[in-house]
Parts: sequence; structure tokens; C-alpha cells
Amino acid sequence: MARIGVITFPGTLDDVDALRAVRLAGAEPVSLWHKDADLRSVDAVVVPGGFSYGDYLRCGAIARFAPVMDEVIEAAGKGMPVLGICNGFQILAEAHLLPGALIRNDHQRFVCREQRLRVESTSTAWTGLLKEGEELTVPLKNGEGNFIASPQEVERLEGEGHVVFRYVGFNPNGSVNDIAGVRNARGNVVGLMPHPEHAVEPGFGPDSEAGPRTGTDGLTLFQSVISMLVGA
Amino acid sequence: MGRIIVEVMPKPEILDPQGKAVVGSLPRLGFDQFTAVRQGRRFELTVEGPVTDAHLAAAAEAAQTLLSNPIIEDVVSVRADGEEA
Repeated sequence: MARIGVITFPGTLDDVDALRAVRLAGAEPVSLWHKDADLRSVDAVVVPGGFSYGDYLRCGAIARFAPVMDEVIEAAGKGMPVLGICNGFQILAEAHLLPGALIRNDHQRFVCREQRLRVESTSTAWTGLLKEGEELTVPLKNGEGNFIASPQEVERLEGEGHVVFRYVGFNPNGSVNDIAGVRNARGNVVGLMPHPEHAVEPGFGPDSEAGPRTGTDGLTLFQSVISMLVGA
Repeated sequence: MGRIIVEVMPKPEILDPQGKAVVGSLPRLGFDQFTAVRQGRRFELTVEGPVTDAHLAAAAEAAQTLLSNPIIEDVVSVRADGEEA
């Protein structure tokens, strides 16, 4: 069975949700502690959301230097799938595993909503089972989710197909080109601000056409990585 | 005891929501002469003894690796306290 690790930093809030998503998708969830320089033989890593210590400098700036992150950076370099969600996305951007940076929302307010996303890239470890152009609804909650990069970098990301998710209908934080998630060149590292791990089980997710709280659109990200790991 | 001042500012082309909020508030207090505000950070790094060139070089490196994110921010000054900015 595929083993997927989820890192807990001081201030992480969504680690248990991410572990649950891993289990519901069919893999063995493994808790990782930020201070341990050990990935415990996992096949993939999720850097979950919440807040990390040192966010007062810049989101993820100090967490990026945690001992476990040295291991994540090395493993990602060798092709291990890594998913950063919300604060995890910020940490991966600070670690230069992903392009760009996340700054304060343009309207200065924290935003919490069920967010529609369009899938723009399916050639990643985490989106292989999704369809290009498919729309997902997953919860979003952030104060500093405004994705930014230099105009040349944005042009490169768009040109090379490295935008993975785009906001649909409403841009909640001012992100350039409505970018909600990006990937690295190899496609093993993906980061997004919205929370797929909060939409994995009927009764606990966003509203969907099937009824209130029935949305499970986030599950496919976790199933995608498992399918890739098992197939490999 | 010496002190090094490091100043970091958001890059000019990057939106600065904090600065925007401040410039919006100033006219409400009667300060209507300021057309823009950019908000940055000032760090004070203390060392034992007087500030040496080696201290300044280390501070400059720290400024590039941790104190700023070069994608969105510029290190505008690394200097011994008391020296001209």
C-alpha cells in the first residue's frame, strides 16, 4: 500500500484532515513532524494548511527551514510527489520548490468560501485522474493567498502549462491571471491555495448538486497520486 | 555591542495591500498630501563588539536568504547603525 506522509508544523490545522483524505483515497497515512529530518519511507508528502511558526516574517519563510523540509526538498528533486495546500503552498514557494510567491489578499481581508476551480494541467502527480477543463468545488480559506510572480515568470508558467488550477467565477484574493495552483517543471510538485482535503467525504464537504455537504471533488487529487504510485 | 540595520521593501511593481490600506486611511485623519504609501520592514541585528565588514557580509547574506523573498521584495539597505542609509 502506498504510504503518504503529512507534515505537522506548530500551527498546522489541517494535518488531520489531510491524513483522513489520504486514508479515504486508499493509501496509508503517515504523520511526519517538522523537527524530524526523516520522511519515514513515505512515497509522497503532503504539506498541509493552517499557519506555520514564523509566518509573521512571511508566510512559510521560517517553516521552510525546518529539518523535515531539507528531506522534502531532496526527495522532490528526485521526483517524489509533493502537494502543498494553502500554508503548505506558501512553504513550498518559499523553499523554491514552486515558482512565485503568495502575498496578502488584494482586499486585505481573510476569505472563507466554497470555491470553484478549473483544472488546467493533468500532467502532474496529483491531477492525473482529473480532466482538463473540469471544474471542482473545494473550500478556500486564506488571508495571504494572492499568487504573484514577475510578468516574465507568469508568461513562462502560462506558456509551459505550469498553471494547474485557476479560480472560476470569482477571484478571492487578487491572484495574477486567477491562478489558484501551480506545478514545478517535472510535475511532481503541486501547490494550491484551496483545500481539496476538506472535500473528500459526503456529509463533510461543500454543497454540490447532489445536496448539502455532499461535495467530494478533492478526493481525486489523492486518488491521482496513489494511482500514479501504484502504476509506477 | 554593534547593531546592523537591514531594510526590506516590497518590489515597486508588486502590489502592497498594507501600504494601500494606510494611504486610504491618511486623508480621513486630515493628511491629504500623501499620494502613495509603501510599507516595508526594518530588522535590527545585534553583534558582539563593533560592526565589522564580515558582520555586514553575513547580514547581507541573511537578508537575501531569510529576511527577504527576492521574488517579491528588495533588500534596500544593510548598514551599521548610525551610518547614513
